Amino acid sequence: MDHDNAYDGLVETQDDARWAFGTGFDDPLAGVDTTVPTGVDGAALAAYCLMLGDDALVSAQRLAQWSTRAPELEEEVALANIGLDLLGQARLLLARAAAADPSVVPPLPEGSPVPSEDALAFFRDAPAFRPVHLTQVPNGDFAVTVVRLTVLSTWRLEVLRALTASRDPVLAAVAEKGVKELSYHRDYAARWCVTLAQGTAVSRSRLVGALGVVWPYLAELSRVHPVERSLVEVGVAADPSAAWLVASAFLDQVLAAGDLEPPGTRSVGTMGGRAGRDGAHTEWLGPLLDEMQVVARAHPMGRW
Amino acid sequence: MTTTDLQAGFDETIAHEWRVEPRDWMPDGYRRTLVRQVAQHAHSEIIGMQPEGGWLTRAPSLRRKQVLMAKVQDEAGHGLYLYSAAETLGVDRDDLTQQLVDSRQKYSSIFNYPALSYADVGTIGWLVDGAAICNQVPLCRSSYGPYARAMIRVCKEESFHQRQGYELLMTMMNGTDAQRAMVQESVDRFWWPSLMMFGPPDADSPNTEQSMAWGIKRHTNDELRQRFVDMSVPQAAALGVTLPDPDLAWNDDRGAHDFGEPDWSEFAAVVRGDGPCNVQRVAHRRAAHEDGAWVREAATAFAAKQAAS
Repeated sequence: MDHDNAYDGLVETQDDARWAFGTGFDDPLAGVDTTVPTGVDGAALAAYCLMLGDDALVSAQRLAQWSTRAPELEEEVALANIGLDLLGQARLLLARAAAADPSVVPPLPEGSPVPSEDALAFFRDAPAFRPVHLTQVPNGDFAVTVVRLTVLSTWRLEVLRALTASRDPVLAAVAEKGVKELSYHRDYAARWCVTLAQGTAVSRSRLVGALGVVWPYLAELSRVHPVERSLVEVGVAADPSAAWLVASAFLDQVLAAGDLEPPGTRSVGTMGGRAGRDGAHTEWLGPLLDEMQVVARAHPMGRW
Repeated sequence: MTTTDLQAGFDETIAHEWRVEPRDWMPDGYRRTLVRQVAQHAHSEIIGMQPEGGWLTRAPSLRRKQVLMAKVQDEAGHGLYLYSAAETLGVDRDDLTQQLVDSRQKYSSIFNYPALSYADVGTIGWLVDGAAICNQVPLCRSSYGPYARAMIRVCKEESFHQRQGYELLMTMMNGTDAQRAMVQESVDRFWWPSLMMFGPPDADSPNTEQSMAWGIKRHTNDELRQRFVDMSVPQAAALGVTLPDPDLAWNDDRGAHDFGEPDWSEFAAVVRGDGPCNVQRVAHRRAAHEDGAWVREAATAFAAKQAAS
């Protein structure tokens, strides 16, 4: 590209060659065989992909809220990196859900150009979302954000590690890529937990406060939803309770490195046995989705 | 060596278009001008994250959300390189940030205009980043080495930003009537402020002559503005938008477009601090800086403890 004249070539209609990855990004699973493996229920697989995809999407939305507000430029860059990784995972997982069971995709007007990943992200109502409650917890200060990120990324890393052996090749591939990303997210966040715990009296007190905010949401992470159980049995899903056992051992190490005690706080209960995986959410999810979906919903026939 | 010898060496470097490096002798005025220019540029990158960053949580597709997040992240990265380049001149990032949040240093006036629709994300990419590229490409040949090298990388990334903006607008123009109207309305608001990005007319630009003599600046404001208009006109036609200037017309004799005069009183107001968003932009940056102070202090204290153990 000629950097002395940035405008040259802008009007060429076919300019894929100028972009490292082309310009046709409409289908993140383009060229991938999305056949549901034999003996696997497509509806269950779609529901499971929504669970993992929504965890990533809601977490990315929370990280996007940090933009221009981070305590230092280096953190601005790091939080955006993590958000970008999670958005990438969300796109693949939502597209996988739509391919496994097209009936999960909300209906749009005839002829709408909105791709299924976006229909799922922007035109689905809150009760059809499946993120765990901890992803929904507001950012709070930097301490709450890094504690929440440490817990979620430690747990998700173990879930994805297990999923690399999934019988669904799409999930296995998403997991393979995600393990590298999550290892960085976990180490970044855990390092900040220790730094804040051992930094100043103020940062330690904020970090301890953040543990108190996040810890009540931990119980949900080891719950096994019936969809997860059925897919674990056919070798497709990861057992979140097994992932939690490994994750909690790592979190113990982080607490020890920070000379911290696990807070003896209460636990957030379920509603009639239902929680995030069942579509029973915190009060925070609705406003988060309202903001995320507002432009897309105003233009159901729009092209972006 | 006497100051005269040092000055002669510096003059020779400039005359040969060699690069001045951080440990070379340089006149105080040159150093001061560069600190001002590089710091303002760094501040512009950081403040420039705000108008578009405000749309990150509302981006209308997941792909657009990724693209915008990557772009806003690049701007933080540009801020980092440029603050580093400024630090080679003997200032530090904390001091410069303090001067920004105290409104003692400026940033590009364009970011004092609001981003009011998602089309603005595209228009900012196409026109604002486009104007920034026109301003910045010549700086890749700036006489000060660290700045010139930082600008090469910044300009490459800015080219991508401009293309994503133009591509967004093109996609929206192929969408619905409401989307096309949104694009036109956005171009109407950003056209004149984009022309103001090149600074006041040459006759009213007090620093231009010295900066050109020092090789810090390579083209006058009016030259760059003309180049920008000439490049933008065919782009607007290809997009199918109208540029809001009744005087805009091709002039065969000049081989260039004639165009109307921006409202320089509005420009002066924005530069003075009385633009639509000056107060908001600085207050937002100050709040982020102050809210993050305890985190930066914790990191410093932790590093000191690690070094001591």
